[in-house]
Amino acid sequence: MNISEKILAKASGKEEVSAGDVVEAKVDTVMINEITGPLAIKAFDEIGIKRVWDKRRIVMVLDHEVPADSVKAAEMHKIMREFAREQHIPNFYDVGSGGVCHQVMVEKGHVRPGELIVGADSHTCTYGALGAFATGIGSTETAAVFATGDIWLKVPETVKIDVSGLFQRFVTPKDLILTITGQLKADGAIYKALEFAGPTIDEMSVSGRLTLCNMAVEIGAKTGIINPDEVALSYVRDRTDKPFKPLRSDPDSNYERKDELTVDSLEPQIACPHTVDNVKPVTEVEGTPVDQAFIGSCTNGRIEDLRLAAKLVKGRRVNEEVRMLVTPASQEVYLGAMQERLLEEFIKAGACICNPTCGACFGGHMGLLAPGETCISSSNRNFIGRMGSPKAEIYLASPATVAASAIAGKIMDPRRLEI
Amino acid sequence: MEICGKTVKFGNDVNTDLIIPGKYLTTLDPQELAEHAMEGLDPEFASKASEGVIIVAGRNFGCGSSREQAPIALKYAGVKGVLAQSFARIFYRNAINIGLPVLECSGIFSKVDPGDELCVDLAGGKVANLSKNESFQAHEFPNSVLEIVGDGGLIEHLKKRLRRDGLL
Repeated sequence: MNISEKILAKASGKEEVSAGDVVEAKVDTVMINEITGPLAIKAFDEIGIKRVWDKRRIVMVLDHEVPADSVKAAEMHKIMREFAREQHIPNFYDVGSGGVCHQVMVEKGHVRPGELIVGADSHTCTYGALGAFATGIGSTETAAVFATGDIWLKVPETVKIDVSGLFQRFVTPKDLILTITGQLKADGAIYKALEFAGPTIDEMSVSGRLTLCNMAVEIGAKTGIINPDEVALSYVRDRTDKPFKPLRSDPDSNYERKDELTVDSLEPQIACPHTVDNVKPVTEVEGTPVDQAFIGSCTNGRIEDLRLAAKLVKGRRVNEEVRMLVTPASQEVYLGAMQERLLEEFIKAGACICNPTCGACFGGHMGLLAPGETCISSSNRNFIGRMGSPKAEIYLASPATVAASAIAGKIMDPRRLEI
Repeated sequence: MEICGKTVKFGNDVNTDLIIPGKYLTTLDPQELAEHAMEGLDPEFASKASEGVIIVAGRNFGCGSSREQAPIALKYAGVKGVLAQSFARIFYRNAINIGLPVLECSGIFSKVDPGDELCVDLAGGKVANLSKNESFQAHEFPNSVLEIVGDGGLIEHLKKRLRRDGLL
């Protein structure tokens, strides 16, 4: 069995499962945020069960619109707070204590290898980077998990992507996942699991692996997953004291397909408006003027991303035609960026530092676009209307490309910026 | 179980930000969500759909976020069901769970024109195009999904199960 099959077999109490089987699985952890959570809470109330099945297995995070930017958002937050209080849910991350839900989940030790995790947010697939099987679900389904602790899932076919080679300077895991998205297209892996492997992945940091798995959903995948190695295990051990049992793919595992890719000559990539699979090498779109440059989100708002962006802006000024927004993905990232004096570099360069939130990526608050404006963003979606006006344009790129473009005032290949 | 309505057509990769943009997600009121349904693609959609329509679309309908507000906005705008070449998986589950029938129907996109009157038999997956006097076969629901559709959504389905098990 491959890693996804093993985790789903374990979660459903079976010796063996294979792709296509439908299993009734026990969930290790379920996560909600304030966009999907209130609907889940409403549905849970409709079921009529008084208590959640296991308060310790529920994680609640306020992240999309924090602090509340409107009375309506404040009402959503209040529904979440009251539910956490009523149900005595210990893992509730309010304003100031967490950050973007997916970053909080991994950083606070709520994700362990071998576990089945569901979350009412499509980017829940991020946690596959630590060897968990994690997938996004909706609010009503979440309510059912709150009541029973289980969920039916189809065991997915798995596409294995073997990656080899060394990244050039300023080429990153984001450029790799954009390349894969461009090749497989937005529906290339519907219902499937994408298993990333190979020497490039072995050498990759946890942060880079999170970026890769995060965007699996942009290819339609049920999850992105990586066999947990010492890098992943030591990251997890530092964050949890609960026991866990890592599972890994057998050498003779079943795969629907195996793709191979090498990154040696990979250029920085960019997803052009208005779909994530409209991917081009940055050199083809260089010179496109930008109004806003956004560094943040569950895809690329981690400390490594901020370090990379800070390296490029250090000693320079953000172009006067551009506003640059830096939104750390969590309080922990924010604190790290302060301690490493990255925030100082951003501020000196003329960037605006926002508090940890989904913010501009989600288009709820904190950096929306006007009609006719263009944004280059380190986030994950460039759909029409995603970051504000439906008449705005969004280009997705790595933090390096976003930072270089903020300095240049137009899309720029970061490799051309002299450091 | 049968749904009928006039066809409204959309293309491939219709994402949830188009179906209901993030800025409207601070409400739990389905009618309010419905007013903004599909506004990125067709600002007139909500008024067109109010008479009861069936959406016919291409590949990967509902891709993007897990927001259940997307199928809710469509349902309350007057959409009776969605027939598409394929669906994004979270949208598919969400739609079934809130009682909006969605069926995979290969090849449908080229066979139906906007305005065509369609009737769909949900149990058998038969799609009749009354305007063109043609019929097609959609993928039938697996039994477990058909039960949820029959119960009108996951909550009612779950309540039935819990009552049966004496837990409610």
